[in-house]
Amino acid sequence: MTMMTGAEIVIRCLQEEKVDYVFGYPGGSVLHIYDELFKQDQIKHVLVRHEQAAVHAADALSRSSNGIGVALVTSGPGATNAVTGIATAYMDSIPLVVISGQVPTHYIGQDAFQECDTVGITRPCVKHNFLIKDVRDIAMTMKKAFYIARTGRPGPVVVDIPKDITAAKCKFEYPKEIHMRSYNPVVKGHLGQIKKAVQLLLGAKRPVIYSGGGVILSNASEQLTKLTRLLGFPITNTLMGLGAYPASDPQFLGMPGMHGTVEANMAMQHCDVLLAIGARFDDRVIGNPEDFASIPRKIIHVDIDPSSISKRVRVDVPIVGNVADVLEEMIKLLETEMPKAGVADWWKEVEGWRASKCTDYSMGDAIMPQYVIEKLWELTGGNAIVTSDVGQHQMWAAQYYKFDKPRRWINSGGAGTMGVGLPYAIGAQLANPDMPVVCITGDGSIQMCIQELSTAKQFGLPIKIILLNNGYLGMVRQWQEMFYSRRYSQTYMDSIPDFVKLAEAYGHIGIRVEKPENVELALKRAFIDHKDDLVFLDICTAREANVFPMVAAGKGLSEMVLAGENL
Amino acid sequence: MRHIISILLENEAGALSRVSGLFSARGYNIETLTVAPTEDLSLSRLTIVTSGSDEVIEQITKQLNKLIDVIKVVDLSEAAHIERELMLIKVRATGKDREEMKRMADIFRGRIIDVTESTYVIELTGSGSKLDSFIQGIDADLILETVRTGVSGIGRGDRILKV
Repeated sequence: MTMMTGAEIVIRCLQEEKVDYVFGYPGGSVLHIYDELFKQDQIKHVLVRHEQAAVHAADALSRSSNGIGVALVTSGPGATNAVTGIATAYMDSIPLVVISGQVPTHYIGQDAFQECDTVGITRPCVKHNFLIKDVRDIAMTMKKAFYIARTGRPGPVVVDIPKDITAAKCKFEYPKEIHMRSYNPVVKGHLGQIKKAVQLLLGAKRPVIYSGGGVILSNASEQLTKLTRLLGFPITNTLMGLGAYPASDPQFLGMPGMHGTVEANMAMQHCDVLLAIGARFDDRVIGNPEDFASIPRKIIHVDIDPSSISKRVRVDVPIVGNVADVLEEMIKLLETEMPKAGVADWWKEVEGWRASKCTDYSMGDAIMPQYVIEKLWELTGGNAIVTSDVGQHQMWAAQYYKFDKPRRWINSGGAGTMGVGLPYAIGAQLANPDMPVVCITGDGSIQMCIQELSTAKQFGLPIKIILLNNGYLGMVRQWQEMFYSRRYSQTYMDSIPDFVKLAEAYGHIGIRVEKPENVELALKRAFIDHKDDLVFLDICTAREANVFPMVAAGKGLSEMVLAGENL
Repeated sequence: MRHIISILLENEAGALSRVSGLFSARGYNIETLTVAPTEDLSLSRLTIVTSGSDEVIEQITKQLNKLIDVIKVVDLSEAAHIERELMLIKVRATGKDREEMKRMADIFRGRIIDVTESTYVIELTGSGSKLDSFIQGIDADLILETVRTGVSGIGRGDRILKV
């Protein structure tokens, strides 16, 4: 066996893991690794313009495909810039491996140039992290990193490698298998619990299925759809779970929560049995946990992470296991043993709520943001990968773009990180070169990673950016309108750039749209005439449009404010 | 309620800070924390005394189990167990206090392990509350310095925490 440098070993490990893309930014501590990247052509490196975007793009690769995103950053500021990206992936349980350079081992702790305690800084926002202190540990550590990131409840793993370790030499052998005595994630659910759950479901008179991002992470859409249709129950998908069940299906009630539909929220509140699958009852979904808990209903909770169960809401039937495996078991039981429960009366009630048509809006002279999303959905036939930033536009995209398939809706749910939209689109487009990729963004968010227009140019990515430009930090402005007597503190930006010129400056096509009648035409120009180009649509929308329905923070789910109600 | 949680974890750099970081990040309290390698040097045994409602303790146990370096977690206080803490206490021992200190140490089955003309260092082992009683039992003005290890615990009988 020939001797290899640590840097060579790092690259060989990535090749063994079938990594196609590494998103990164070079620097002093990773020079050896970049040199090895240069010498091979199996792994393509995507040079971003800021390390945060490297991690977001790698994250989007994981979210939009079955691959695993890898980011490579240098020590010190390279690593600290990556932290927002890592924390974003962590909050949404996205598998990711981030390799960071570190100062040489004998410099650690000396306040060396571009030194920081990367393992210490990232510890609270990673699933696990490693500092490698011996070249002989690289192969096993990389194997562990990928294994930990992918299995159980997925998450980001950071591997910090000092520069001298990447120069040192040893023999290379990539471990075939891995066993860790301290890490053995559960897969199969407890059969007794599953049987109990099925009995509850079959006896239910007012059941609801509430599913989240866990269904997408475990690739269990097919099983979820089958189960939901077998049962004939209404279903709601969280922001992270959109696309797990086809949104155009009549059993689908829309999204629950702060900006959920009336039918989804009322069904959550008035059901007698709630089947929660790969969802975590977070504050944006259930509102006030005390109000939520005050309603008598039986809750079944399927989740791979035991700590998600009974964390915010007491559950009656906990099932710890991989969502896909547990749903398979449930389907088996339902197909062979049991009759169907009668839920016709419940559906009548649900349809009554649905009749409120809570997402209807009226058009005036100004372009309504909801209209843009609806037209986008029509034009793309619901088949685009849609990334979004964070704010009003994100909620409108979630409400009005009907996602029928998983891994098509890429957004920062848990962390709510502004700036993810464009780097997400870059990662998603590289992972899905034949799919249309759209970034729905706002005039605040897009400026947080705008520099990535340059990356998109370098790699010729035909992303379509739909900027819903209302000249406000819209979501914050909405809260100020509703809860702070319209005191718009720091939410008006009077020096917003000319985005058309900006897009052009980066070598792209920019189009401004100011009238409702021009929206469709502009979308067609972007998606048909300029199919192969990045097009930046600066769409000037109604300035003070609000996202409805809305459940104010700390309120119960039934206390929704609807469009047209006096604020 | 007070709980004693015993943890077996990989004896690796940073493993302890993962545990202590978890407690501070999630707002759990730590009354005492002790840690040392076991007879198997690849393992550390950690004992944490904490308090909280049943829900909080359940979350603490689950969150600890989620840490990659943690191998096993047991709530010792759930069943019969023994807890011990070691205290070294330096006291002023002059005049009539000198005799009184010796007597107190004897009553608490402590040992005087350092003697000068004016001071004693007393070594005392027992449950945390026994050590508290000793401190309360002597004149506070005579205490020069105390150092306590925090609680270590082990299950009684067949309860064994091992890999």
